[in-house]
Amino acid sequence: MGSQSKIASLNPNDDKLATRLRADILKMIHSGKSGHPGGSLSCIDILISLFSGIVKCRPDDPQWSERDRVVLSKGHGVPALYAVLAELGYFPKDWLMTLRHLGSPLQGHPDVARLPAVEAATGSLGQGLSIAQGMALALKLDKMASRVFCIVGDGEIQEGQIWEAAMSAPKFKLDNLTVILDYNHGQIDGPSDEIMSLEPIVDKWKAFNWNVLEVDGHDRRAMMDVLPRQVSGRPTFVVAHTIKGKGVSFMERVIDWHGVAPNDEQLQNALEELKL
Amino acid sequence: MKATRDSFGEEVVKLGEQNPNVVVLDADLSKSTKSIKFAQKFPDRFFQMGIAESNMIGTAAGLALSGKIPFACSFGAFLTGRYDQIRMAVSYNRANVKLVGTHAGVAIGEDGHSQMGLEDVAVLRSLPNMNIYQPADDEETNQILRSMVEQAGPAYIRLTRQKLPKVYDSNYRFVPGKWNLHTKGSRVALIGTGHLLHSCLEANAVLGGKFSVVNAASLKPVDTDLILSLASSHELIVTAEDHYITGGLGSAVAEVLAEAGSRTRLRRIGLRTFGESGSPEDVLKHFQLDGPGVVTQLEKFLAEKTN
Repeated sequence: MGSQSKIASLNPNDDKLATRLRADILKMIHSGKSGHPGGSLSCIDILISLFSGIVKCRPDDPQWSERDRVVLSKGHGVPALYAVLAELGYFPKDWLMTLRHLGSPLQGHPDVARLPAVEAATGSLGQGLSIAQGMALALKLDKMASRVFCIVGDGEIQEGQIWEAAMSAPKFKLDNLTVILDYNHGQIDGPSDEIMSLEPIVDKWKAFNWNVLEVDGHDRRAMMDVLPRQVSGRPTFVVAHTIKGKGVSFMERVIDWHGVAPNDEQLQNALEELKL
Repeated sequence: MKATRDSFGEEVVKLGEQNPNVVVLDADLSKSTKSIKFAQKFPDRFFQMGIAESNMIGTAAGLALSGKIPFACSFGAFLTGRYDQIRMAVSYNRANVKLVGTHAGVAIGEDGHSQMGLEDVAVLRSLPNMNIYQPADDEETNQILRSMVEQAGPAYIRLTRQKLPKVYDSNYRFVPGKWNLHTKGSRVALIGTGHLLHSCLEANAVLGGKFSVVNAASLKPVDTDLILSLASSHELIVTAEDHYITGGLGSAVAEVLAEAGSRTRLRRIGLRTFGESGSPEDVLKHFQLDGPGVVTQLEKFLAEKTN
């Protein structure tokens, strides 16, 4: 099947698509009566950009050996990934409304055994980068040209394991690994800059010998230019500056929207704002 | 006499020769876990992760999710101390990772408690898809390692620092979930795992060789049929392990007996407190885990008044 199936891609310039996927995120979290709108809305533009041709993938053959891997280490942002995967045709769109319902392949945090379209189970923060590193090592061993993209949250990289991987990926010269930081400055208990500041973030990753880039994490055109970049012999770390809750005015930069589902009225208000 | 960690070091090289997907990771203990032999033979398939076990376990999971068969090695205490990484990255991901924990139990001696794997079986036994094995000699180690490669899924092998006498030859067949009835006797069934099998064999010999002795190498799954058969034909079952009595072999046997409604008496030999430094011989003697210690404990159990 693999050789006949098409490589799928979204259109990064389609603003309506981005708006529609934001609506999908809110509707599925509303349906599940729980979930994380803030951090899903902050990383959706990153995911749309990645799946707009940067990442090679075949929705009818999720395990295609030549695919690029996307590991969502910040597993709580998975509604954004589900919205993108459904749009690409990995599974029917009506599955989205089963998010967090008993028996659904769309678990509250990704589960590769129930949904092979995701690359790994994540959700206990700080672990996805190590898993992504293992995938990148395997690709090198197999002399495959595929790349591994790993999306981490800013609160997440307070975990020590992230810094273990920050040390090891340059040692192994993993230039096929790109980490994207969804730098939305918020976590459950408050602003990440107050909870446990990550600054100076660029200097830290540079000091760990990564190729460090910065981009506006909502400017998809800019990301189409920045995210594919690689340098030989070193992994890449992209600081994507984002806004938690981006796209819904009453959610933007509001910490309380980290992990709360919108009620009926809030959903309607949000959808009206998104003009849907 | 051969330490099961030495058996591992040699056998994993053979497995690497037979299967190009076998890779090995270590966290700065390759000279102690003996994974260094693989590192020397297959430098491109060996990953030195430094003193960063969490990252090693996650990396092993990523390798496994990409079709490799990674052996992730450290002291059992340090490996299973990263329980969240094993729980999530290995177990929940159904990742084909083989965890190799050496330096099992108080038998390591001088280094003392912090280096002793004493709760490794207990924590890993809680995971639904984790198989756990503890070999008693060289041949059994090799066979368990081969079966771990043949059987997909997460598994843990618990190995000794100290040398162990030979028990098996190549006619032996290790089967996951099956225990080996070593000597068939009556009244008492002694069930030992790893180096405690040798203590049980010694104790039985001292007491006239009239008891049954069983080698429990497969700690998960356990041999339910054999446990129940022993319960119906003996008046006392004694488990022996160099591990806390909570959550290990003794607990596993207790679960089977209780759920079956067995009234056969069970007594557990193992650790009830923290380990401590000393020569391996002195420490094993102190905790009554050597042959004479098992004799002492057994005599105490036999002297207990029963209703």
